[in-house]
Amino acid sequence: MVVEQKKLAITGAEAAAYAMRQINPDVVAAYPITPQTPIVEKFAQYVADGLVDTEMIPVESEHSAMSAVVGAAAAGARAMTATSANGLALMHEIVYIAASSRLPIVMPVVNRALSGPINIHCDHSDTMAERDSGWVQLFAENSQEVYDLIFIALKLAENEDVRLPVMVNQDGFIISHGTEIVEVLPDEEIKKFVGEQKIMYSLLDTKNPVTYGPLDLYDYYFEHKRQQVEAMENARKLFPEITKEYEAISGRKYSYVEPYKLDDAEYVMVALGSTNGTIKYVVDKMRQEGKKVGLLKITMYRPFPKEEIQYYLNGRKGVVVLDRSLSFGAEAPLYAEIKSSLYEVAVKPQIGSYVYGLGGRDITPDMIRKAFEDALKGNLVADEQRYLGLRE
Amino acid sequence: MAFNIKTLAKNHKEDKFVSGHRLCPGCGAPLVPKLATLVAEALNYDLVVSNATGCLEVSTTIYPYTSWNIPFIHNAFENAAATISGAETAYRALLKKGKINPEKEIKFVAFGGDGGTYDIGLQSLSGAVERGHNFVYILYDNEGYMNTGNQRSGSTPPGAMTTTAPVGKKIPGKLQLKKNIVEIMAAHENVYVATASVGEYVDYMNKLEKAFKFEGPAFIAVLAPCVRFWRIPESNTLNIAKLAVETKYWPLYEVEKGVYKITRKPREFKPVKEFLEAQGRFRNLLNHPMASEIIQELQDYVDRRWERLLALEEATKDKPIR
Ligand SMILES: Cc1ncc(C[n+]2csc(CCOP(=O)(O)OP(=O)(O)O)c2C)c(N)n1
Repeated sequence: MVVEQKKLAITGAEAAAYAMRQINPDVVAAYPITPQTPIVEKFAQYVADGLVDTEMIPVESEHSAMSAVVGAAAAGARAMTATSANGLALMHEIVYIAASSRLPIVMPVVNRALSGPINIHCDHSDTMAERDSGWVQLFAENSQEVYDLIFIALKLAENEDVRLPVMVNQDGFIISHGTEIVEVLPDEEIKKFVGEQKIMYSLLDTKNPVTYGPLDLYDYYFEHKRQQVEAMENARKLFPEITKEYEAISGRKYSYVEPYKLDDAEYVMVALGSTNGTIKYVVDKMRQEGKKVGLLKITMYRPFPKEEIQYYLNGRKGVVVLDRSLSFGAEAPLYAEIKSSLYEVAVKPQIGSYVYGLGGRDITPDMIRKAFEDALKGNLVADEQRYLGLRE
Repeated sequence: MAFNIKTLAKNHKEDKFVSGHRLCPGCGAPLVPKLATLVAEALNYDLVVSNATGCLEVSTTIYPYTSWNIPFIHNAFENAAATISGAETAYRALLKKGKINPEKEIKFVAFGGDGGTYDIGLQSLSGAVERGHNFVYILYDNEGYMNTGNQRSGSTPPGAMTTTAPVGKKIPGKLQLKKNIVEIMAAHENVYVATASVGEYVDYMNKLEKAFKFEGPAFIAVLAPCVRFWRIPESNTLNIAKLAVETKYWPLYEVEKGVYKITRKPREFKPVKEFLEAQGRFRNLLNHPMASEIIQELQDYVDRRWERLLALEEATKDKPIR
């Protein structure tokens, strides 16, 4: 039964902190970095005001934040952190270790361009650098999704067949600092939804000692990596079950991808994060003009929802992929993966790659329209990387 | 409790750090956790251990085997302290929330080599100590990156042979003195800090007891010779670790909240040259044209440091800084 919900005017960062308050994790270790800072500040205030009984570790770096969270999670605690850009890059080594140790850590990531040059605004270069780390990666379009996805992430992470860490991405400033209406569930509902974590292999279980992080050479390492592949597959399988459970209380539906006006669409744009909101606006406008355009929003980026992508893109006339990050010397990451997924479909669309918004460069409806128009004109070139909003 | 081997043996029921690991015969490192587990057992504590990447870790946890019959986590090279700070915080959080109900009090211990402590792990260690976590950090100091084949660390003494500060035609090996990690750690003030030597294990055991009982962070730097790269006979590890104390090379003392106490005051000291001559790693130094000057410099240094320690002991008596 859908529960009555309060409406709050809050930012994405506040939505993340609010969700964390409702989860009431055992341990939070975090280090401030713009634009993630308001999450840590807000959460620290909850701790100071006694609204949570979390033990907070004010670490001296993000490397230590992730390290401490790994130690805490291995000790059976529900442990969380949050970061952005250089902070995530500094964690990088331990991001992989968290995944391979199968620790169910949930981390809001406020996407910001990676240095250098140093920049504080949004792009996806930070999270893309972690895409092969073994973490589940979810992308929110707005503050509401930030709030909702954090609970879904926790439930997914802690599932016995998954036991993987999850990043919940939100676009820096655009979501993290923009105030929107967010519907929030009552504390007790969240408490019920997330439940108690089933503690497994805890370091504090001194009667059943475990060794975490052994030296794992050529005789076993490969099999352990294969198990991580399996866990990711399990995350993929379980995701719909968990989102359905969440929908039952919240009334909000989540899936791997969100099709928008796709039924009869001939030209489809694919994107991650907040830009999807702008694309929806452009789709609506162009639909009024009778143009058969639509959007496929990617919510789950790892595991990659290839089947759903194939289902929605097979047989379309044109597909425009928007990337907010680069892969120097190769195709942009989302584009490369969408294109590769389409290798297997029966009727391959024309496809084009558009890189936009690096370092927080604004993406306007006109730019999105321009990319759609290229598609409508049949002017998409699979082997060409185009740029939106770039001075050349 | 004043510890000796007899009291430990009396309390001993089950090995917590078991044999079968792949550390070199004669290695000083395994004594460091071994004695820590025995002292904890005698004091009726359970232990949770984190360990930095290095000889101890790689040799004791080759999957699917482990020498650790107690909960153990190796995370990475530079973060043993941050990792244990997370586990220790989890313990407090779960106790507070009533989610665990341990039979015995749990103590948290991190082990790191000198690379993982003086160098790459210093920030993580300093942060964890500054935050005041209740844990004991135990450095096993073999004065180099031994796991990776004897590279220089901030702990390597001048003139010791290493592969990254080799003795060449122009440069006579490492030039810098050992970093004084003990003073760095003592400067965190609200901390129990001590030096120890595997050659003086009763002294080490007593410091372990103090460290375990200390409310807050504790740090013990244990000199633990490496047979392979100190180029010493397997049978000589303990003698050389003792000689380090007898030559003022590695004075045994402790600093508790700023109060210095020297725990071994030999009536007579041997010249530091004896410590150098007992090890193959100083062979090139000893054959160097400037050998006598360099050795004299080192002798002057250890003499000055000893005098300074005596003065600090006198000056800080009954004057804890916090
Ligand atoms: C970030 C990182 N850098 C380098 C290494 C390679 N490495 C592994 S162990 C080690 C040296 C360890 O030296 P020390 O801490 O003195 O311990 P020991 O091996 O001497 O016991 C190095 C350089 C690593 N594992 N991780």
